[in-house]
Amino acid sequence: MKITLVALAVLGLGASAVQAQEVVKLGTAAPLTGTQSHLGKDIENGVRLAVEEYNAKGVTLGGKKVKFEVMAEDDAADPKTATTVAQRLVDAGVKGVVGHLNSGASIPASRIYNEGGVPQVSPASTNPRLTQQNFKSTFRTIANDVQQGLGIGKYAATTLGKKVAIIDDRTAYGQGLADEVEKAVKASGGTVVTREFTSDKATDFLAILTRIKGKTPDVIVYSGMDTQGGPMLKQIKQLGIGAKFITGDGGCTGEIIKLAGDAIGPNAYCTQPGLPLDKMPGGKDFNARFKKRFNADVQIYAPYAYDAASAIIEAMKAANSSDPAKYAPAIGKVNFPGVIGTVAFDAKGDIKDGAVTVYQFKGGKWEPVQ
Amino acid sequence: METLLQQTVNGLVVGSVYALIALGYTMVYGILGLINFAHGDVLMVGALVALEAISLLQTHYPELGLVPTLLAGLGVSVVVCMILGYTIERTAYRRLRNAPRLAPLITAIGVSFLLQTLAMIIWGRNYHTFPQLVSTTPIEPVAGVFITPVQIVILVVSAVLMIGLVLLVNKTRLGRAMRATAENHRVASLMGVDTNKIIAATFVIGSALAAVAGVMYSSNYGIAHYAMGFMPGLKAFTAAVLGGIGNLAGAMLGGIVLGLVESIGAGYIEDMSFGFLNSSYQDIFAFIILGIVLIFRPTGLLGERVADRA
Repeated sequence: MKITLVALAVLGLGASAVQAQEVVKLGTAAPLTGTQSHLGKDIENGVRLAVEEYNAKGVTLGGKKVKFEVMAEDDAADPKTATTVAQRLVDAGVKGVVGHLNSGASIPASRIYNEGGVPQVSPASTNPRLTQQNFKSTFRTIANDVQQGLGIGKYAATTLGKKVAIIDDRTAYGQGLADEVEKAVKASGGTVVTREFTSDKATDFLAILTRIKGKTPDVIVYSGMDTQGGPMLKQIKQLGIGAKFITGDGGCTGEIIKLAGDAIGPNAYCTQPGLPLDKMPGGKDFNARFKKRFNADVQIYAPYAYDAASAIIEAMKAANSSDPAKYAPAIGKVNFPGVIGTVAFDAKGDIKDGAVTVYQFKGGKWEPVQ
Repeated sequence: METLLQQTVNGLVVGSVYALIALGYTMVYGILGLINFAHGDVLMVGALVALEAISLLQTHYPELGLVPTLLAGLGVSVVVCMILGYTIERTAYRRLRNAPRLAPLITAIGVSFLLQTLAMIIWGRNYHTFPQLVSTTPIEPVAGVFITPVQIVILVVSAVLMIGLVLLVNKTRLGRAMRATAENHRVASLMGVDTNKIIAATFVIGSALAAVAGVMYSSNYGIAHYAMGFMPGLKAFTAAVLGGIGNLAGAMLGGIVLGLVESIGAGYIEDMSFGFLNSSYQDIFAFIILGIVLIFRPTGLLGERVADRA
């Protein structure tokens, strides 16, 4: 009998030793199915890498060793699904969320995180509205579309040609960016000859491109994602349109080059908030670690997701707590060297110093021109 | 004028692909009264299997010419889709043939999800580049209209297949059995028609057409992806309803009309509405036409002519 009691006591001790390592769940939400799932997976992997590296180093909060766990949810790039998974993450008691990819998903989800008291850091949503809702704990690690749209519009109208045609995919991202581009084109002395629209599920753009052709623009601005930019470039060539082509960060990927095949040339440009991966302070090293862990290339957002997760964990360390009520104010105050550069936020929650880089297609890849 | 001609050509090409897919919907509906929502996903499987076969051929038999490679890839994909179509009918739909109408409909949606998820597991989430075996570089423009060899192939192949199907249904023994089954499968079976075999044959033929449409779709846009079947499937379903679901000629007409309406609508809606509407109403425009047609002709443009349906 005594032995049993001792054994029980030992077991009890063992159990409490395991419990001393507290599990802190971090959520991530992005499209893991559907046409943008490669970008969503990029985000999830960025978060996983950050969490695994912090776990390997060991983090102690409030005297307890903590182990971070990732809870990844699929928002299918859909606003309605985004609110459902946001609620699921809040209900599961995650302490912070990295997500979403699409502005159209991030904005409705941010309300749920805000009400549930869970800080959100988006690595990819660039629509200005996200951080203009006066939510205390909504942040992003990527430059917003005011900055990027200004970059595209100015470059298009001053360097590429005066007559500009704009196409957007009617998502919160595409439309928001296209609006900023239109303003910037007009401010830089260019004219918008036509504005056309498609959807984020379309593959045939011949009708709108034929209309654009009739307006003889010097440059076509496409505000949408890479998987449609590729076929669009093909169809531009198919119709014998000679205009230059420029697209935002959603199209500034290796995927668009692959999909456009021989239809992409030095007439194609794109912009990217922040610096190119190999010019990011931690870019080269990050790329190597990412490749080793996931055996996949960085698409675009992995470094931003990695830094978003790091910002949450750094804020927890600064506040010495994983309780969102305690550590959320610390996110706004973080200042650490991340992969993308110094990670620090302004009063609204936007990343400070959001640079925009213009790339041109040269020798089989995107080369920075500015 | 050039623009109008170009839009017409754009519309015809898209429309003939819609028409080819719509035939699959309409054949199954004609016989079973079932909307086979998995049809778009059979198209996707067709495109991805062809992609796989073509990549294998290009690696192992690079000396094979472009056209033989494409034909071999197409052949493999047609066979795989025929087997797939048969399997879907046999396992998912046959048991529900006498169930309330909602059951097979929901099963069809389930099969669609199943195929998409399986394709996602097998081929991954990324977009695949579909090899350009037929050139997408435009030939010398005629009257300012740009058309590519692959678009010409699409127009010709669709026309040939559609004529072939009409002949099959109207002139052959199998076609007669199909028409009889469509009219009343109980009576047909009393007359010695093996209705199970005929229904299976319908699925097999429809799936083969979907495979061809998938390969043409992917060759035209240069992409293949596990979710690619959704949009063309939806559009073709619309086309089938527009033309009169259950009616072969209606599916073809509906496809062509839908393609033209979309293309011309997107190109001219802004000018026609004096800048009030724009190309973001492209799809709405097509559905407005559908709505108007259904108000005045509830059975679609050509209606469901029982004797012709199959």
